[in-house]
Amino acid sequence: MTQAQLQENANMPAHGTEPLFRNWRDYFTFNTDHKVIGIQYLVTAFVFYLIGGSLATAIRTELATPDPDLVTPDVYNSLFTLHGTIMIFLWIIPAGAGGFANFLLPLMIGARDMAFPRLNAVAFWIVPPAGLLLLASFFIGPAQAGWTSYPPLSLIANKGGEAIWIMSLLLLGTSSILGGLNFFVTLLKMRTPGMGLNQMPLFCWAMLATSALVILTTPVLAGALILLAFDLLAGTAFFNPTGGGDPIVYQHMFWFYSHPAVYIMILPFFGAISEIIPVHSRKPIFGYRAIAYSSLAISFLGMIVWAHHMFTSGTPAWLRMFFMITTMVIAVPTGIKIFSWLATMWGGKIRLTSAMLFAMGLISTFVVGGLTGVMVAAVPFDIHVHDTYFVVAHLHYVLFGGSVFGIYAAIYHWFPKMTGRMLNETWGIVHFVLTYIGFNVTFMPMHELGILGMPRRVAMYDPQFTTLNLICTLGSYVLAVSTIPFLVNAIWSWMYGPKAGNNPWGALTLEWMTTSPPAIENFEVLPVLATGPYDYGVGDRATEVNVAMSEADDPMLSAGPSSVLRADPDPAVAVHPDDRQGESQNRE
Amino acid sequence: MKIPSAISAMLIGIALTLISLWYGQNHGLLPIAASNEAAQVDGLFNTMMTISTGLFLIVQGVLIVSIIRFRRSKGDNTDGPPIHGNVPLEILWTAIPAVIVVWISIYSFEVYNEMGGFDPMASQDPLVAEASANAPMRGSAIAATLSEPQPAAHSHHIALGVGASPQNVGRSADVNINVTGLQFAWIFNYAESGITSGELHIPAGKEVQLNISATDVLHALWLPELRLKQDAIPGRPTEIRFTATRLGEYPIRCAELCGAYHGAMNSRLFVQTPEEYQSWIQSQQEVASNPDFDKALAVNPASLSDGEFLTPYAKEMGINADALKQLHSTHHHQ
Repeated sequence: MTQAQLQENANMPAHGTEPLFRNWRDYFTFNTDHKVIGIQYLVTAFVFYLIGGSLATAIRTELATPDPDLVTPDVYNSLFTLHGTIMIFLWIIPAGAGGFANFLLPLMIGARDMAFPRLNAVAFWIVPPAGLLLLASFFIGPAQAGWTSYPPLSLIANKGGEAIWIMSLLLLGTSSILGGLNFFVTLLKMRTPGMGLNQMPLFCWAMLATSALVILTTPVLAGALILLAFDLLAGTAFFNPTGGGDPIVYQHMFWFYSHPAVYIMILPFFGAISEIIPVHSRKPIFGYRAIAYSSLAISFLGMIVWAHHMFTSGTPAWLRMFFMITTMVIAVPTGIKIFSWLATMWGGKIRLTSAMLFAMGLISTFVVGGLTGVMVAAVPFDIHVHDTYFVVAHLHYVLFGGSVFGIYAAIYHWFPKMTGRMLNETWGIVHFVLTYIGFNVTFMPMHELGILGMPRRVAMYDPQFTTLNLICTLGSYVLAVSTIPFLVNAIWSWMYGPKAGNNPWGALTLEWMTTSPPAIENFEVLPVLATGPYDYGVGDRATEVNVAMSEADDPMLSAGPSSVLRADPDPAVAVHPDDRQGESQNRE
Repeated sequence: MKIPSAISAMLIGIALTLISLWYGQNHGLLPIAASNEAAQVDGLFNTMMTISTGLFLIVQGVLIVSIIRFRRSKGDNTDGPPIHGNVPLEILWTAIPAVIVVWISIYSFEVYNEMGGFDPMASQDPLVAEASANAPMRGSAIAATLSEPQPAAHSHHIALGVGASPQNVGRSADVNINVTGLQFAWIFNYAESGITSGELHIPAGKEVQLNISATDVLHALWLPELRLKQDAIPGRPTEIRFTATRLGEYPIRCAELCGAYHGAMNSRLFVQTPEEYQSWIQSQQEVASNPDFDKALAVNPASLSDGEFLTPYAKEMGINADALKQLHSTHHHQ
C-alpha cells in the first residue's frame, strides 16, 4: 500500500461522494466560496495576461526596427507603462496571492473556507473594475511615465491618464491588502488539529511569507501614490522640485513597496513548485525546514533591499554599499531553495507531465535571472547597466521564467482538482516547448543589448542594435503563439476533458483527499493526517524479511522490529497442555 | 570499466571550472573600456561571469541528468527513496554561496572605491557634508577642493555621485564641465573656456569632472564606454569624475525615462589628445566670439542653390558623375 493510498483511506470519511460541478453562472456572482473566488481570480488574471501580452507584442513589433514607425513615441511610452502595470498588478499578483492562494490554502490546511469569506469576495470584486478603469485610460491617453511613474515626468505627461493610473493602483493595492490579511489569519488560526506549522505544506509557508510582505509594504505604496496624486491634482510639492520637493523621496517610498512586490510575485510560485516537484518525482521534498525558513528569510530581507533600484539616483555611498550587501545576501536563501528542489528530483522517479516540465523550466530560467540579479547587485556594474535592457532581461527571467512558468505549472497540476477534469498532456508538452524556446530567444539577447549600450523605455534606438532586436522580436512572436495551445487546451478540457478523480497524481496533501472539484465546505468531516505532506517512499518499499507469515507490501504483516510476527513462541502457553513447559517468559 | 561516481563527479567539476574560467574572461560581451576605472568594472564583471557560468552549468546539468537518469520507468508506480534531507550538504550549499556573495561584495566595494565612490565630496549625506563644509578646516581634503567658501544657505545639497579616485581626492579636477539635461538634449558648458556645445570633448589622461543637473524632469547621463551613469535631477546637482585614457568617439545616452524622445536623447563623447582638445576649444571660442552670426554658421542653407545643397547627400549615397551618366543613358534607351 503506497503512502497515497494510506492517506486516502484514512480520509475516506472526509470527502463526500459527489464532486460539485458548479453552474458557470456562479462564477459571475458575489460568491463567498473560496474555490469560486480562486477561479474568478485566475480567469480574470489570465484575461489581463492576454491584454498585457498583446501590449508586449506591440512593443516588440515597434522595436523590430530602430525608428518609431509603428506608433508615435508617446503612444509607445503608454504601451510599456500599461504593459508593466497590467502584468504586475492585474496578472501575477492576483494569480498567485489571489487565485492559487485562495483556492488551495483552506484545502491544504483542512479548513472549510477562509477566515473572512465575505472580505475575500470583496477583495476579488475590486479587481475587475480597477482593471477596467486602467484600460479605460486608453480613451483619454494613458499614463506614459513607466510603471514606476517617477516624478517630475509623471506630473507632466498625460495627467488624466496618470490620475486614472494612480486610482487604479490604489484600488488594486487595497484588494491585495485585504487578501493578504485573510491568508495570514487563516493560516495561523484555521489549520486542522494535528497540523502544526512544521506539518504545513510548503505552499502555506510561502503564503505566510507573502502575506506578511503584502500587509507591511503595500500601505507604503498607497502613501506614495496619494502624495503623487496630491502633487498631480492639487498643486502640492512633495516631489516637485519647482516647489521645493524631492523626487528621490518618491523613489524611496515607491521602491519600499515595489521591491517586496517582486517577492510577493515569486514566493507563491516557489511554494507551488515545492508542492509539484515531490509529487511528480515521487520523492519527499529535500530540506523541508530549510525551504520553509528560507521563505521567511526572503520575506524579511526583501524589505531591506529597496534602494538597489536607486544606485544611480542621488544616493550617498553608504546607502549604496548597505543595499548592495543586503541584496547580495538575499541570494543565499534563494539558492537554498533551488538546490533543494534539484536534490528532490535527484534519485526520484520523475514523471515528465506538463506540470513537472514547467516546474523544471522555472528552475532552469529562474536561475539565470537570479545570477544576473547578483550581478546587478554589485554597485559598479549596476552603474553601467541600470535602466538598460540588461535589467529588462533580468526582470523577465525572474518574472516570466519564475512567476509565469510557475503559474503554468500550478495550473497543469491543480486543474484536475479545480475543474474535475484532466488537461491534455500532449498539448501541454507542445505549450511548454514553444514557451521555453520563445522565452529564451526573446530575452537572452537583451542582456547583451543592455551591456552594449541600449537604454530601456526607448521607442527609437541606435541602428547598431537592429539585429539583436530583431531576434528578440521573432522570439516574442513564438511566445505569443505559444499561448494558443494552452488556451484551447484549457477551454476544451474544462468542458469535455476526461474526469479526473480525487487524486490523479497520487499526492499526499489534503486538497487531494476530497472530491474533484471539492464540495461546498470542502470536507464532510475534518480530515486527518495519516502521513506527512511529503512522506513518499515510506511503506511501499517491499523489503522481504525472513519472518514466517510476513508479507512485505502490507503494513500489518510487514514484520517490522516490534511486529508480533517476530515474537518467539512462549512454551508456557503452548496450545497442547503436554507441550507446556516452565514459567511464561512473556510475563513480568 | 565503470568509472566510480566520485571520479566522474570530480572530472565534471574540473571541466566545469575550466569552462567557467575561460568563458568568464573571453565572453566578448562588453564594449570598449575607455578608462582604467572602466577596465576595473570589467574585471568585476568577468569574475561574476565566471561564477555565474559555473552555477548555470551545474543547475542546467542536474536538470538534464535528472530527466535522463531519473525518469520513471514504464509501469513503475512505486515511490522513490524517502530521503528528507542531508544536513551537511545543506550547510555546504548555504555556506558556499554566502562566501561567494561576501567575496563579490568586497570586490565591488574595492572597485567602487577605486572609481572614486567614497570621495567625501561626492558621497556623503547632504546634511553631513554641509556640517563638515562649515566646520573649521580640519582635513586637507575638504579644504583643498573648495575654491571659494560655499555659503550654507546657497548649497542645500552637495553633488552626490562618483567623485575623485583615492589618489586624486583633495585636488580639483583638471577639466570642469557643467552638464545640463533637458527634454531632449544634453548641453555641455565648459566652465574654464566659457563655451557651450552639444558634444562632450575631453582630453585623454586628464581628470574630468562633470557637474550634472536637469531643468525639467529626471534624466541620466550615461557614458557606456566609461561604465559611468548618473541621474540628472532637477534642483539637485550630481557629479561624476573620471580619467579617460582611450582616444575615440563614443556615444552618450540618456538612461532615465524623460518623455517621448528619451531614446533620441543622444550625444557624442570625444576623447582627444590634449592638443586636439585645445584646438577644438579654440575653434569653438572663435565661433562663439564671432559677432557676425552668418559667419558663425559653417554654411547658410538659404544661400545655396539646389545642386550645391544636395551635393553632400548625393556623395553620401555614392552617386557621382559616372553613375549619373549611366542612369542617363539607360533612361534614353527606353
